[in-house]
Amino acid sequence: MSAEFWITQAFNGISYGALLFLLASGLSLIFGVMRIVNLAHGSYFMLGGYVGLSVVWRTGSFLAALVAGAVAIALIGIGMERLFLRRLPGQTLGQVLMTVGFALMFQDVALLVWGGDPYTIPVPAALQGIVTAGTLRFPAYRIFIIVVAVLIGVGLWVVLDRTRVGAMIRAAVDDREMAQGVGIRVPVVSLGVFALGAALAALGGVIGGGFLGVYPGADFEVLPYAFVVVIVGGLGSLPGAMVGSLLVGLLDNFGKALFPELSYFTLFAPMALILALRPTGLFGRA
Amino acid sequence: MTNGAPRSSPGPAAASSGLTAPATLDRKVVAGAVVLALAGAVAPVLPAYPLTLLTQAVIVAVLAMSLDVLLGYTGLPSLGHAAYFGIAAYTVGILATERQTGLAGCLVAALLLATATAAVFGFLAIRATGTYFLMITLALGMVVWGLAFRWVSMTKGDNGIAGVPRPELGLPWSLAAPLPFFYFALLAAALAWAAMGVLVRSPFGLGLKGIRESESRMRALGYNVWLHKYLAFVISGFFAAFAGVLWAYYNGFVGPVDVQLVTSVETLLMVALGGPGTLAGPALGAAAIVFLKNFVSVYTKRWLLILGAVYIGVILFAPRGVLGAFSREPHSAR
Repeated sequence: MSAEFWITQAFNGISYGALLFLLASGLSLIFGVMRIVNLAHGSYFMLGGYVGLSVVWRTGSFLAALVAGAVAIALIGIGMERLFLRRLPGQTLGQVLMTVGFALMFQDVALLVWGGDPYTIPVPAALQGIVTAGTLRFPAYRIFIIVVAVLIGVGLWVVLDRTRVGAMIRAAVDDREMAQGVGIRVPVVSLGVFALGAALAALGGVIGGGFLGVYPGADFEVLPYAFVVVIVGGLGSLPGAMVGSLLVGLLDNFGKALFPELSYFTLFAPMALILALRPTGLFGRA
Repeated sequence: MTNGAPRSSPGPAAASSGLTAPATLDRKVVAGAVVLALAGAVAPVLPAYPLTLLTQAVIVAVLAMSLDVLLGYTGLPSLGHAAYFGIAAYTVGILATERQTGLAGCLVAALLLATATAAVFGFLAIRATGTYFLMITLALGMVVWGLAFRWVSMTKGDNGIAGVPRPELGLPWSLAAPLPFFYFALLAAALAWAAMGVLVRSPFGLGLKGIRESESRMRALGYNVWLHKYLAFVISGFFAAFAGVLWAYYNGFVGPVDVQLVTSVETLLMVALGGPGTLAGPALGAAAIVFLKNFVSVYTKRWLLILGAVYIGVILFAPRGVLGAFSREPHSAR
């Protein structure tokens, strides 16, 4: 196992972690503000990918696909939150079952509309190359994913930490009732966060569609990863989602490369152990 | 409170006024026995396909009841319950195909392995509450699914283990035939139902209900809450494993689908649909879902859409479950 192997695998792990961050940061925010365990979050990823695919087919524009995927799925998220999930405050089991119900329906609708064949979203020529550094070769598209994740991570951090809206969101995370009491319109904040989380997942779906592809079953395939990230990092914590994504991306890649038979085990077992020792995750608060 | 278990049964206050308890107990036992006898009586005249579904329903009912011990009686929603079911099924599958182990050997090995897993997982999970309990059981369930999916040399991965033979009991009837196997499954399920029924009506079971209603009160009364919850977790895993053994023999095939998240969630739906904390309710919920899935998939390819709508409808319109909605038991004083 040469240094090359380690560097390449680490790079792959980091770029996969970057994609996971897009998916998981939204899930984490949604949980933080609304305490909703959203099992339909993987569906947003998959549907985002499919919408993006259709838009690329029609318009040929990758950028349009990103925007359309994010907007369309944000609208679905708004509908789900406003019409259904809002009726179940504090009912964890009810939320779980309801979001699974939506996930199953989305799965079937996707099958109905886009069929059962896997597709890959065509990416712009500028992102198709390979960047070489000495003997090492890095696909440009994976570098693009890392850049997007960093930009979104920084953007989220600035908004959450430096703006008035961010302060309102943080207040809603910390203490819903007090936030409501000081005049923050928590239901509106919730709706906004839910839409943002869904849009981020859809963005991940379109971007992921460029190298993982878009296919039936992608929803329940990425969902456990998103949950691992959020759980390891701590529910509702943005730094937790960043660290968790990197950790999970690396663990997954090295696990698959080094112990192919135990690769999921090497991913989920450390997570279970972290949870057993720190039930609130690495960065979470009770 | 964040644990989502609807509070449909009386809890310690009502249970201690045990005057009416024997009457309702008798009525419920009689009703259950009648349903079982009816199922047994109609079985011989049923065509092959409905009989297969009935067998399936009987086995899945055991799984749903086992989860009810944890969710309905103790108030702990587990998102990884398929793990114990699946470990037992895999144990039977592997032993019966590769070692030609008989029923007794498979049963003991499967129950031991799955219960031991539940003992370890419970140890990790019980200290978490509410959403965190949900999360950690999800994580632990994924550990098992990951092994089933990727540990190809042991589990054959995505292909699963096919051709699990039905057990030979040395009886005049071969269990390979549908009807004898149905009676075998029915008898096993009735035993499991009786055992769980005794358990939830025992002082230990009442302790669990008390914990569901108010953990702090039970602690103040001197109950060892952790131990009660832990034992409920392990016992629940044991009965899930029992269902898993039956399932492996029934289906003749064991695969990652038996341990995946959706299976765990579907079991939760069965309990929620039937009414948590009633045992009989989740059993009926299980039967309803089994028949729904199979019948709807005969008539339309869009059965996932319908199943998804059922999930949403149950939560919106019958949050206490179908039995819970008609239950005459009074709401406990909060």
